[in-house]
Amino acid sequence: MTGSPHIIAQHTSVRSVMLKVLAALIPGTLAHAWYFGPGVWVSLLLCTFFAYTFEALALAMRNQPLKPFLGDGSVLVTAWLLALSLPTLAPWWLYAVGMLFAVLVAKHLYGGLGQNLFNPAMVGYAALIVSFPAYMTQWPAPMDLASHTPDLLEALDLVFAGQGAVSPDAYTAATPLDTLRTQVRAGGDAAAIMLEPVFGHLGARGQEMVALMYLLGGLLLLNYRVIGWHIPTAYLGAVVLTATGLHLLDAGRHADPLFHLMAGGTMLGAFFILTDPVSASATPRGKLIYAGLAGCITVVIRAFGGYPDGVAFSVLLMNMAVPFIDAHTQPKVFGQVGRDRDRP
Amino acid sequence: MRTGNPPAAGARGRRLYDFPGGVHPEGHKAVSTGRPIAAMPLLPRYVVALRQHIGEPARAVVQIGERVLRGQLIGRPEGYVSVGVHAPTSGRVVAVEPRPVPHPSGLMDLCVVIDADGEDRAVDLAPLDWHRMDPSALRNRLREMGLAGLGGAVFPSFIKLNPGAKRQIPILILNGAECEPWITCDDMLMRERASEILLGAHVMRHMLGAEQVLVGIEDNKPEALACMAEAAAGSDVEVVGVPTVYPGGGGKQLTYTLTGRKTPSKGLTTDVGVQVFNVGTAYSLYRAVYLGEPLVSRVVTVTGHVGSPRNLEVRLGSPISDVIRAAGGELPGATGEVIGGPMMGFDLHDTSAPITKAVNCVLVRNAEHFPPKPAPMPCIRCGECARACPAALQPYELYWYARHRDFGKTQSYSLFDCIECGCCSYVCPSHIPLVDYYRFAKSEIWAREREKQAADLARERHEFRIFRLEREKREKAEKLAKKASERMDSGAVATDDPEAARKKALLAAAIEKAKQAKAGIRPKNVDDLPADKQREIAAIEARRQQLASTAEPSDTRSPTPDS
Ligand code: SF4
Ligand code: SF4
Repeated sequence: MTGSPHIIAQHTSVRSVMLKVLAALIPGTLAHAWYFGPGVWVSLLLCTFFAYTFEALALAMRNQPLKPFLGDGSVLVTAWLLALSLPTLAPWWLYAVGMLFAVLVAKHLYGGLGQNLFNPAMVGYAALIVSFPAYMTQWPAPMDLASHTPDLLEALDLVFAGQGAVSPDAYTAATPLDTLRTQVRAGGDAAAIMLEPVFGHLGARGQEMVALMYLLGGLLLLNYRVIGWHIPTAYLGAVVLTATGLHLLDAGRHADPLFHLMAGGTMLGAFFILTDPVSASATPRGKLIYAGLAGCITVVIRAFGGYPDGVAFSVLLMNMAVPFIDAHTQPKVFGQVGRDRDRP
Repeated sequence: MRTGNPPAAGARGRRLYDFPGGVHPEGHKAVSTGRPIAAMPLLPRYVVALRQHIGEPARAVVQIGERVLRGQLIGRPEGYVSVGVHAPTSGRVVAVEPRPVPHPSGLMDLCVVIDADGEDRAVDLAPLDWHRMDPSALRNRLREMGLAGLGGAVFPSFIKLNPGAKRQIPILILNGAECEPWITCDDMLMRERASEILLGAHVMRHMLGAEQVLVGIEDNKPEALACMAEAAAGSDVEVVGVPTVYPGGGGKQLTYTLTGRKTPSKGLTTDVGVQVFNVGTAYSLYRAVYLGEPLVSRVVTVTGHVGSPRNLEVRLGSPISDVIRAAGGELPGATGEVIGGPMMGFDLHDTSAPITKAVNCVLVRNAEHFPPKPAPMPCIRCGECARACPAALQPYELYWYARHRDFGKTQSYSLFDCIECGCCSYVCPSHIPLVDYYRFAKSEIWAREREKQAADLARERHEFRIFRLEREKREKAEKLAKKASERMDSGAVATDDPEAARKKALLAAAIEKAKQAKAGIRPKNVDDLPADKQREIAAIEARRQQLASTAEPSDTRSPTPDS
């Protein structure tokens, strides 16, 4: 039975949505390569490879057709987002394990495309940071601060053969978030710590430019209506509000809001991760609640939690709340009188 | 178009309102507006369906072999929601039998088949003295003359023209929006017969007692806007260009665009003091009132993959195959016909089916404009459908629950506010045929309601039987009591019969009361339905019948006990 409508909008498909998201990630990725070295290409390729391997495997096991689902581009977005969230130059199997959790556990165990409760990339990230915390903190230093930045060949060597000739100390450094956290807990003063070169001009050397490029990509997505304004606005707004509140309470322990915007995964989260339609709230009011709470949680985890960044866990926590949020934030039907609906 | 209320500027500064959702499919209007409306040549045979409107079909009042004249009543309205059906030309009735009709179900329906004699003689047509006629007599006359909404809903016009006892209808809206792609019959009618349309509107206004007449026309029809504005010059009829957005021509949508009045979610536009008529209906009213002519023809757009796409004035009952031929015939590569527009129309099963009052467009498809739909993917909850929905529903939630047959949930997510406009399916990046799922859910819900009603009826009957038995007993008892009292009067022994009879009478009264209370409880959603819902039921009913008929062969295959 296929009735009306007999026409559908042209150039709309899951694939085209996903390709637009990927295109919007390009500026940020380029900035990443520019400031942190070509290692990011290796992790991108590895994640992509494992993503398609696991996706094909899962589809075959679930007796699903390969062609439409491999071609929809969704797994590529997952791979790309995870690669950009993980430290580059980590051993190859780290990416493999991350993608395994993202694709097999988070996506296909829940029923595949459109069925996952959690954001797959963030599930991969969380699994890794819980299981292999040591590897997850070894981030390459910004090029202008590192004594040595591995070129592409060295990067391949590091990823596949392990850390041989070059000592990790030569090219890695603690991230600004990590630095701040450990030093504040050791009794340092936030403002003084943040004078260190790794904090750059806006809060995080190198990362700040990457973040601005993510912002640019996000604005493009907004412009082409791939995403709506609700989630990024609520998320960034909540990050700023929470960070400002903490900063005003105790400036010695808490960084300023600008730092929170520029450091870690804030921008990537606001425009690319929280906006994953499958795992996000879908009603207008629900989006505000979902992203707003995620923003608060992100900053709270950064300030008080056991992990350096809070984006992944805040996303996962709020993913869990989505069914509840959506059920209680149904918009008012046209012509319906009274308040917006509650649909238990 | 996306967020709701912010007003846009109207043509003459009238404040316009922006309804939620909507889409912008390609119009393809110019394809069929290059030629003026032409009258179809007389055909040798007409097949006039008796059900051309919402409600009860008309009852045939002609016999096989009988001679009829153009405009002669051949189907008398039956029941309240019904209108007359007339002979489109003079000739002889050769059959009254089920024939294919243009209907989504593809089922046959009773038709009067007339062989034309080629003389096209008419019955005596006398203009109606509408100014002096009693309103109810005038409405009855229009009912008999077969007037029904020509925008596609074919709801009997006489009902909509009844302002009711206390209803205030201050605003009359003429709907010339014609938001469906490809269709241009209203456009051409407004270009060519603007004054006649306004005369019809004049009668409507008189009948409704409306103070204000607005004509809403989408701004992709500048010619029609100009012609209507010119015809309306000097009167207080306001011709307003509205933004081109599908489904801007929906009654509730146009009402909101023009007046800012939101029709209640389960109500009619009359609930907010607005009555909406299609411009084609106004034109047919003009012909009925000023020329005394019953509804025997309408303008039909024949477009798409045909030789010379155009608008034709077609006698009702003309086989669609003939109509397509009159527009140059289907070109090679045609892949079927759609009745109505691409957003809400349905596939025609048989081109021998006739034009009815509901057919505003015959759209011949080809692979270029109607490519096969891509295979659906899973829903990614992107919310595009919700942004496009003019009823501000959450189509993806409805889809989810309909797919899992959780019909209770579909209703709490306002399934019945869905107007099946197709915007959600149109924009869905996963190409899910969402509206099909809603139609399915609705038909299932109707079916359950009907089953429940049938069960209620059976219970009522059963209760009535008990009541009847009780009554018989009581009557017997009363008789006995009477006899006893007579006997008592005559000094015989007293019995306690009268007391028993009184008790029984009380019991019977209680049963009666309970029965009445039960009759007062109506299953929700089935009664007091607006026109579009009734049309829905009719369509759904037919679809179910079709499903049942396709299911039958397997039933007959099952072994019967006596074999
Ligand atoms: S548009 Fe399609 S994919 Fe997107 S939420 Fe609606 S049904 Fe799902
Ligand atoms: S078909 Fe129904 S659910 Fe879909 S957009 Fe139209 S009114 Fe909304």
